[in-house]
Amino acid sequence: MNRVNAFRLLVVIAAIAALEALCLAGLIDKITMQPPHLIARDLGRLLVSGRMNGAIAKTLTNTVLALVLALGVGVIAGALLHRRRALRDTLDPLFATYYAVPVFAFYPFFIVVFGLGDIPQILIAFLLGVVAMIVNMLNGLDRVPSVLLKTARVLKLSPVDTALRVTLPSAGPYLLTGIKLAVAYAFIGVIGSEFILSRGGIGYEISFAYTSFDNATMYPLIVLILLASIVINGVLSRWERRLLVRRGMQ
Amino acid sequence: MAAEQVRLSNVSKTFQTGTPPQPLHALGPIDLELSRGEFFAVVGPSGCGKSTLLEVIAGLTPATEGAVLFEGRPIAGEAPDGMGVVFQEDASFAWLTVAENVAFGLRRTNLDREERAARVSNVLSLVGLSDFATSYPAQLSGGMRQRVCIARTLVMEPRLILLDEPFGALDQQTRLLMGDELLRMWRQTGATVFLITHALDEATMLADRIGVMSARPGRLTDVVETRWPRDRDSRIIEHSEFGAITARLWKTLREESLKTIGRARESGGPLR
Repeated sequence: MNRVNAFRLLVVIAAIAALEALCLAGLIDKITMQPPHLIARDLGRLLVSGRMNGAIAKTLTNTVLALVLALGVGVIAGALLHRRRALRDTLDPLFATYYAVPVFAFYPFFIVVFGLGDIPQILIAFLLGVVAMIVNMLNGLDRVPSVLLKTARVLKLSPVDTALRVTLPSAGPYLLTGIKLAVAYAFIGVIGSEFILSRGGIGYEISFAYTSFDNATMYPLIVLILLASIVINGVLSRWERRLLVRRGMQ
Repeated sequence: MAAEQVRLSNVSKTFQTGTPPQPLHALGPIDLELSRGEFFAVVGPSGCGKSTLLEVIAGLTPATEGAVLFEGRPIAGEAPDGMGVVFQEDASFAWLTVAENVAFGLRRTNLDREERAARVSNVLSLVGLSDFATSYPAQLSGGMRQRVCIARTLVMEPRLILLDEPFGALDQQTRLLMGDELLRMWRQTGATVFLITHALDEATMLADRIGVMSARPGRLTDVVETRWPRDRDSRIIEHSEFGAITARLWKTLREESLKTIGRARESGGPLR
């Protein structure tokens, strides 16, 4: 571990230790927050008991479904828009301002249309993630050097082989940025929707625990979400770093 | 007289540029024959259509008029088998190792795994990259990356190799050494080489014949024979004829280059 990483870890440990001290000293009262060691213990119990397995499975399934949809549609739409200049120019203002629109505002409408099930949540998460994927796909395709495409022609690659073996790998680092954003947006979309109105899922369970003053459930679940996003982001960042180092971009 | 391998008859290229589209006569008419196994270089002023000429021969751009025959067959829209192209820009695949880059084109062939590995290993040693087989292009210098691209072309065992200013981005010393290596590969493979370059000394040092192109639209205004022995290297620059040949190239080219500069001046270019 290098010095910067060691220092970062030290900051995190110091923050947790400070929180622990403040809780134990009674400066933060028990109704507001549990000390970190109790949150860790409760999280362990929660996971061992299996009480939250259903909620975790529901949230993860919906997130993965939304992510797969966002990535699939993002890659295909990005590839099509790259070839259709007029359509791309038409949609560019939409992409540029897209994230200024609070997509959650459409959630009640989706519930009215699709009912209070998984579909509105998946749809919100998909809508949040798909444009990040399209924009990064376009960005990546714009940067594929034309000499690589000429090389593909000289080597007589079919259009499918050119896409899979030259274009997509060349755009790889940009696609990975899109994937990272889409993963984050998919989580935000699903868990956020569960908070607002839902019949299950981790977001719903946190919201339920909050309204019942059940700190022994609420904080461990918040930590669980934090840990999950840190692990996923860590894995993707590692992958990204390896890719960039290999290409001399870092 | 060696067998004819490539024949260009009355080849012209006109592009449509601007809005509304205006025809731009970029190239030709050009008539040229390349003999099997010869080293032919083309020099010409900037923007005279040298690269367009190479792309027409490679089948990457169709000629507007005229015909290109490779080994007796017309070139129709795609690079024919037996022809390899090395571009000026770095065309190595950054996500593949050197060996994977070189083996890339062999996927389409019927060779089995051992044969492919043997070919890749042979070509890597030919271009002096055996020790870098598992490296990624980003770990190599510009000259080494260009050698990866040359190796990827050589592994297909082309009978005609087209090179578009392959050493243009390299420093003078590296260019001379790469020229030596190119001559060695040319002798060992027996392939015909068609080299586009802007460096007159490079053309004189490497080629059996040198075509001098006019300013746009590019036509062949002179073809100079060097009469060098096949077994030669960069030390040929010490030869008394070297200066005379380079001078002849420059004499023809100077006027054409001035035309290009004049054109830049007319269109408000920076030259005075």
